[in-house]
Amino acid sequence: MSNSKRTPLYEVHKRLGARLIPFGGWDMPVEYSGIANEHRAVRTAAGLFDVSHMGEFEIRGPQALNLIQTVTTNNAALLADGQAQYSAMAYPSGTVVDDLLVYRRGPEDYLLVVNAANIEKDFDWIQSHNRFNATLKNISDEVTLLAVQGPNSARILQSLTGIRLSDIDYYHFAKGKVLDADAIVSRTGYTGEDGFEIYFSPKHAEAIWNSIVKEGQPHGLVPAGLGARNTLRLEAKMLLYGNDMDETTTLLEAGLGWIVKPEKGDFIGRDSLVSQKQQGVNRKLVGFEMLGREIARDHYPVFVDGREAGHVTSGSPSITLNKNIGLAYVPAENAAMGTRFQVSVRNRLCDAEVVKTPFYKRTENS
Amino acid sequence: MSPEDRLYTKEHEWLKLDGDIGTVGITDHAQDALGDVVYVELPKVGDRLTAGQTFGTVESVKAVSELFTPASGEVVEINAGLSDATETINKDPYGAGWMIRVRLSNKGETSKLMSAAQYEDYTKDS
Repeated sequence: MSNSKRTPLYEVHKRLGARLIPFGGWDMPVEYSGIANEHRAVRTAAGLFDVSHMGEFEIRGPQALNLIQTVTTNNAALLADGQAQYSAMAYPSGTVVDDLLVYRRGPEDYLLVVNAANIEKDFDWIQSHNRFNATLKNISDEVTLLAVQGPNSARILQSLTGIRLSDIDYYHFAKGKVLDADAIVSRTGYTGEDGFEIYFSPKHAEAIWNSIVKEGQPHGLVPAGLGARNTLRLEAKMLLYGNDMDETTTLLEAGLGWIVKPEKGDFIGRDSLVSQKQQGVNRKLVGFEMLGREIARDHYPVFVDGREAGHVTSGSPSITLNKNIGLAYVPAENAAMGTRFQVSVRNRLCDAEVVKTPFYKRTENS
Repeated sequence: MSPEDRLYTKEHEWLKLDGDIGTVGITDHAQDALGDVVYVELPKVGDRLTAGQTFGTVESVKAVSELFTPASGEVVEINAGLSDATETINKDPYGAGWMIRVRLSNKGETSKLMSAAQYEDYTKDS
């Protein structure tokens, strides 16, 4: 038996026939009806994900923003109340502590959402830089997080909440009731589709999960697991911490320069990232397609001109595009679109080509 | 239920004998554990296989799984249509989803394989 933690929906997942696997210290559903089926449902209708393993921290106080500005690389001062931002925390070297979402609930009241496997590390990191007397609280165990993703998400979720979902723009959120529960509903996600993430108390987990499934079924919603979440996010080129970037890769190498904002003032990692930006990076994370039928997988070596020159960080069949795709670190001079390199698949060098990302982009309809 | 007209490996392949020709595929249990199969790599006709060694690879969306040879011999036929219809392995693992036919070089090796009843017992708790 594993010592993994369980979300409040563990028994529900088992009843639904989910395959559960250890992930980031948690027993999480990897699939219910099959990854491909769940993936297509999210692209064409809707999927419901239990992502309660994610971590949530509250940061409050008159200098809460100063603490966030110090530890994160994006400019949280640009946030208005009810707005969310994709950001990261960097080490002084510019490598990545974690990527995260910053929610501004009020001028002195922020919520940070971090990766499950990094909860303790992140909390300690932020606390160690808290010279601002901000109140930092890990509320991860008090929060259930569900994601409703896919083009039918708004229609499904609207029947359970008084919040007018059409008023919530992308990367914004609202506070209100979902059924009887006090909730935060944000228009965010990790799939490349329209959708919502709902934060609320675990005591309402079963009721809200079951209601979304019931309301969603006529609209094509299915429960979806981490397997589909991974294939969906990869098609949308949303990075996965621990695979696509970590404490050994810098934000600029990972292509996350767009969330590095030196103009906001000082922050941890700023000097390194500024000088790296001036000098250029030696390697880059690129999206690629396999030219043959072989599937590139996480950690497979990348070869350029017959020499090992990097590795695949995420590789999978793309269910939407019916191609085999991936992300890999390659030397910067081999990162241009159309450049060919090889991926070693069971010791056979198989051709791949750098392509434009995201691999998949939804057509705007709302 | 596993068909009783064949033998099984611990790695979830089946072997169906017809004289000295053995047909090989993966079990229903294996295809179910893998999920949607999207890629299969098989040996070439004429390749010589050794019992217990790998003869190919099958991949689902999430997983890569090696295929193990139930009994030594020469590959006399492969199911060439599979690579364009990998879903057949999920839909009909004991029939149209067969993978290779081998002319066995040592039929005695098959005594190490499991019967259907033994295989059922073996997979009961997994």
